[in-house]
Amino acid sequence: MKTILFIEDESALQKTFGEILKREGYKMISALDGETGLKLCKTEKPDLVILDLILPKLHGFEILKKVKADEEIKDIPIIVLTNLETMADVEKAIELGAMTYLVKANYSLEEVINKVKKALGA
Amino acid sequence: MFFKKNLSQLNIAAQCRKNGLPLHQCPQIIFLIMGIIIIGTMISFYAIGMHWIEDPATVALIISIITIVLLILSFIITRSFERLAEASRMKTEFINIVSHQLRSPLTNLKWATDFLKTATLNKLDESETEFFYVLEENCKRMNELINNLLTVSRIEQKRLIENKKIVSLPRLLKEIIKESNAFAIASNVTIKTEIEEKIPEIYCTRSLIKTVIENLINNAIHYSSAKDNSEPQKKIVEIKLNKRGKNIYLEIQDYGIGIPEEDKKFIFEKFFRSKNVSKHQTRGSGLGLFIAKSIVKKMNGKIGFQSKQNQGTTFWFTLPIKKLKLET
Repeated sequence: MKTILFIEDESALQKTFGEILKREGYKMISALDGETGLKLCKTEKPDLVILDLILPKLHGFEILKKVKADEEIKDIPIIVLTNLETMADVEKAIELGAMTYLVKANYSLEEVINKVKKALGA
Repeated sequence: MFFKKNLSQLNIAAQCRKNGLPLHQCPQIIFLIMGIIIIGTMISFYAIGMHWIEDPATVALIISIITIVLLILSFIITRSFERLAEASRMKTEFINIVSHQLRSPLTNLKWATDFLKTATLNKLDESETEFFYVLEENCKRMNELINNLLTVSRIEQKRLIENKKIVSLPRLLKEIIKESNAFAIASNVTIKTEIEEKIPEIYCTRSLIKTVIENLINNAIHYSSAKDNSEPQKKIVEIKLNKRGKNIYLEIQDYGIGIPEEDKKFIFEKFFRSKNVSKHQTRGSGLGLFIAKSIVKKMNGKIGFQSKQNQGTTFWFTLPIKKLKLET
């Protein structure tokens, strides 16, 4: 079973997303802040990270930087899932190594799940 | 760091952009102009005074009085413009914060609805299922409103998101019409098209031009169906796309409620809604046409309309082919 780490400070979103991922046959672990997210990334080594940008304790960009600088976890694909949508944010995330960048408000739950499946090569 | 921060304060153009104000309304520019006027006046009065008045003390007194008056005046003027700049900055910040803060709970609501719909849909009867569509439709409406507020905020800050690509307008137009078709059918409106296929492709931000066309088509459908006693054959929206000289020309005509003469001059203003429209339709923010005009203007095009109350409206816009192609 593939493991997905969801770093998102909205617990309601984590619950919805976690339930649908479980039904799709994935294991989801989650973090409500950046520091915990980074720690889980190092200890659990998930198959995919879904990352919000505005997070307590550690900003999403910082997590991206730190993950990509760490030899042990740098190959974990990261999907940025946020409501920030300026070109500068998108470019910065891609430059820092994000696999793809999704604006929450522009996607349905089904579309996001399809992106997750694609990222995991399903 | 301290030096860099202070140096950035001296960049007047950047400060004006930050406040979302044109240069002539920027407090820093007003301060500079008033300073030049005061120095100029002091020098002129000194030259005139020394020529006509013999006593240097009297000249100094006159110059001092005039300078004090001008300083007080400049202080009052600069303060007023500072307040204007502050109000403009706060308004932009308010729109940004409200829009972003509204988006998070809205995403929660939208995704939770998606989840419930998938999980329970075949367990519900038709009337119960309809409630999911009510939830979906209202999430969509709220999302559109927030997106419009964000676009207005970006237009005012001159920070529209651009991602230019080669775009085929006939293809884009057909795609938008296909998307609007369900809404047109629901409103008992027929869309007729006359599309010239061999129009040059243009280099522009697809999402922006899509916003303009969607706004105009949706308005045409809305205001066709808002006409109470409209004969069925008159509930038509006609869309024409062709090349006219050096421009691409798009026209959207409806036979709806039209725009009252006294409202025409305000039609492209932000948050403006015509009286006859708000009587028929409570929905609508009055932002669509403001956004459409700002985007067309940014693309060096022109936008306009002809309208007669109770007979219908034709909105049109042009985009210069050469200019859009040259930008590549």
